[in-house]
Amino acid sequence: MDLKKRVEQCLGPENFVVAMTECQGDLSVEVPKRNILDVMHLLRDTPDLGFNFLSDVFGVDNLDLNKPKKKPKKKEEGEGAEVEEESKEKGPLPPRFEVVYLLLCLERNERLQVKVRVEESDMEVDSLYLIWKASDWPEREAFDMYGIRFKGHPNLKRLLMWDEFSAYPLRKDYPLEGQGEERHLIYDD
Amino acid sequence: MNQNPTSQTSYESDNYVTINIGPSHPSMHGTLRIVAVTDGETIVKAEPDIGYLHRGVEKLGENLTYHQFIPITDRLNYCSAIPNNVSYEMAVEKLMGVEVPEKAQLIRVIMMELARIADHQVCIGILGVDLGAFTPFFYLIIQREEIYEIFEWFNGARLTNTFGRIGGVDADLPDDFEQRWEELKPNVRKANDETEKLLTHNRIWMDRTIGVSTFSPEDALNWGFTGPCLRACGVKRDLRIDEPYCMYDKFKFEVPVGKNGDVFDRYIVRMIEMEESIKIIDQAYKLYKEMPADAPLMARVPKVIKPPAGEVYSALESPNGELGFFVKSDGSAKPYRIRIRPPCYMMFQALPELVEGEMVADLIACISSLNVIAGELDR
Amino acid sequence: MDDWLIAIIKVVCIWVWVLLIAVVMTWVERRGAALIQDRPGPNRAGPFGLFQPLADGIKLFTKEEIIPTKARKILYILGPLLFSVPAFSTYAVVPFGDKIILGGKEIILQVSDVNIGFLFILALGSMAVYGVILGGWGSSNKYSILGGLRSTAQMVSYEVPLGLALLAIVFVYGTFSLRDISLAQQGTFLGFLPNWGIFKQPLGFILFIVAAYAEANRVPFDLPEAESEIVSGYHTEYGSMRLGLYLFGEYVNLVTLSGVTVALYFGSWHMPYIDLGAYLGPISWGIVSFCIFFLKVSFFLWMFVWVRWTLPRFRYDQVMGLGWKGLIPLGLFNIFITALFIQLTV
Repeated sequence: MDLKKRVEQCLGPENFVVAMTECQGDLSVEVPKRNILDVMHLLRDTPDLGFNFLSDVFGVDNLDLNKPKKKPKKKEEGEGAEVEEESKEKGPLPPRFEVVYLLLCLERNERLQVKVRVEESDMEVDSLYLIWKASDWPEREAFDMYGIRFKGHPNLKRLLMWDEFSAYPLRKDYPLEGQGEERHLIYDD
Repeated sequence: MNQNPTSQTSYESDNYVTINIGPSHPSMHGTLRIVAVTDGETIVKAEPDIGYLHRGVEKLGENLTYHQFIPITDRLNYCSAIPNNVSYEMAVEKLMGVEVPEKAQLIRVIMMELARIADHQVCIGILGVDLGAFTPFFYLIIQREEIYEIFEWFNGARLTNTFGRIGGVDADLPDDFEQRWEELKPNVRKANDETEKLLTHNRIWMDRTIGVSTFSPEDALNWGFTGPCLRACGVKRDLRIDEPYCMYDKFKFEVPVGKNGDVFDRYIVRMIEMEESIKIIDQAYKLYKEMPADAPLMARVPKVIKPPAGEVYSALESPNGELGFFVKSDGSAKPYRIRIRPPCYMMFQALPELVEGEMVADLIACISSLNVIAGELDR
Repeated sequence: MDDWLIAIIKVVCIWVWVLLIAVVMTWVERRGAALIQDRPGPNRAGPFGLFQPLADGIKLFTKEEIIPTKARKILYILGPLLFSVPAFSTYAVVPFGDKIILGGKEIILQVSDVNIGFLFILALGSMAVYGVILGGWGSSNKYSILGGLRSTAQMVSYEVPLGLALLAIVFVYGTFSLRDISLAQQGTFLGFLPNWGIFKQPLGFILFIVAAYAEANRVPFDLPEAESEIVSGYHTEYGSMRLGLYLFGEYVNLVTLSGVTVALYFGSWHMPYIDLGAYLGPISWGIVSFCIFFLKVSFFLWMFVWVRWTLPRFRYDQVMGLGWKGLIPLGLFNIFITALFIQLTV
């Protein structure tokens, strides 16, 4: 698409494009984590792209996508064992988390998804607060739900769960029923 | 949730009083909490604290099938449930590449615009109650009850109508819709007229709302505002015109734009939008009548919905702003990730900037005018 | 002895009457609100909901009396008393009719006709402010303190325009006593206008009525009590009969202010153009003047209800601005004009 070419032209020269996918008309571009601020500046300031509105920021946990399906519909055990062996032979798993940014160009009504992959061992991403203040609470929520830290965010505290809550609820290994955390209120007197 | 959100700041002078506008309070915006540090009557810092109505909707979505998630979307913006349903259905339809038949689209438009009128009625009514004008609330709510009658008679539920299916609509509008609509239309207009007579040119109302929490368009765009609050700031942006969906490009209607972005402008924008919604329903119903009686209402979708793997974002113009759903599928019958982009989330996070330097009474007016609904905020 | 008995009977009668009106006002308020808002209102407790005030009274009486732990007990208990006792006592100087002749004795229909008339009312009204501030402070609750302070500032600020409007009345009639002013409102002047206070003091009437709404803490000036963020202001922490004292005190205040308005500006018990006192016998004139007076009072009570459900409320700085920057200069101007007029016409 025309948008695809323009994005490639803008980000390609500096090797910012790791992957580009398209699904039902939605263009999604993956960029390296350490360059996210530069990418956002480029996307906003390049005249023929002009993405000046940040719609949303959120996290995705790819744990179940990276794993092979452990509940195959096959009945034989032999095949299941083969699949597991295969996966062990493959290289290291792709990074577990992603942070997705939804951008919008107001003049041309074009949308773009920008993705950043975050390893479980290094869960820090630069915050976009100085570019768009709209990322204030969405980044706090991504921290609250997934544990992804945002460097440079003015107030990175939990947003929806209470302060002393210890786990990260939207991760795939957190059960739906919760782990039985309780909130204990402390009274002053 | 924080017990002491201001403990990190240096607002501990002896002159400052911290008041807590707590999760349970007399205005009807849901369970929100605002910790306001005031110097007499002027607000030095107001920090919102949300999460009291967090139900883990996004996590629930990962454990239910696509159809089973539709009733949960009702509970997001519970004042107008239908745009939530339609937005989710549109996202899944986009992911599956399904084209919804025209008749179903028209029915969706009619119902969504009725929900828009209902939502604006309650927003303006509550704005009046918070500012002391109790009567317009009743005039508007009586008409909202009539709209609820239409919803109940079509859907079975008044408030949380689980409207539509993925692929279209499940049932047709019954035969006497026209008669009901023709009875309801002048009453809604009359209630709006009475509200305008009581409020718009009232000196006290103008004093309370003009100039309160003004916001410039650049700030509004920076903070991610959408919907009536953005239009009140002067930016003409409406998803029904800019990114048309559901046959909105076939209807002619105006989009009101304000000047200062204050509470008065937001109120006027909503009043005008109600009138425009009435026009859209008339036009949509006219097109609907021209459709053949046996036109399909649902696209051909499999019984168990398993969209192909991929991720898609689809948004529509809900009464509050841009309500978007990001649906990521891994090919199975349950979604992999559902993200809801709530419109009032973006607006409520700007509260410290909106009310800095205003008085405590203005804080209440500002929150009412943003139409903050806790269900949408916390999910 | 007789005089004492008559005085006691008058006190008891008027006390019961005013209390009855206050109780009926709760019903009128709720049904009036319902009428304006296009809904039924209370209609279950008796025909047309007429037993609703009885039900409310029983509820308030039988609730448990709770004093919050952190509250300062003496102030907490004193607050409602200091608010409602002046409210009831102020009615002593307001007339409720002309005289009646029973058993050869001429009885004026007023509990006591002191010659300082409405100065007494102003003085007792100032005492009521104590009730508010003690209630707010004694509750030991941030919202109550905020509400109490706002209400105090408002009531104190609006006593000045009230006093200025009344001062102009003194210029016109030359007396403080409400009975003498009522008697002076008979007949016509300029040939066709009744001698009522409103035609002689139109600006004063406007000042008085606005200040009266502010003194009574009614919409549009009800920010101390019904603001959405301070819950109920100074009576947040009150329940049961103490709250009942505050609420009844408010309604009795309304009756008193309406009574003063009618006595000063609307001709008291006189019918316009017709001097009924000359036609009717003494006993029937007493009763008829009583009825006329209370008919006019009930009109003003209905006005209070009507305005409450129509207008939004002011913000605190707007109330203060209106009082100090708007009404007080107008009041002074009114006095100046009145004095000029009197000097030129006498």
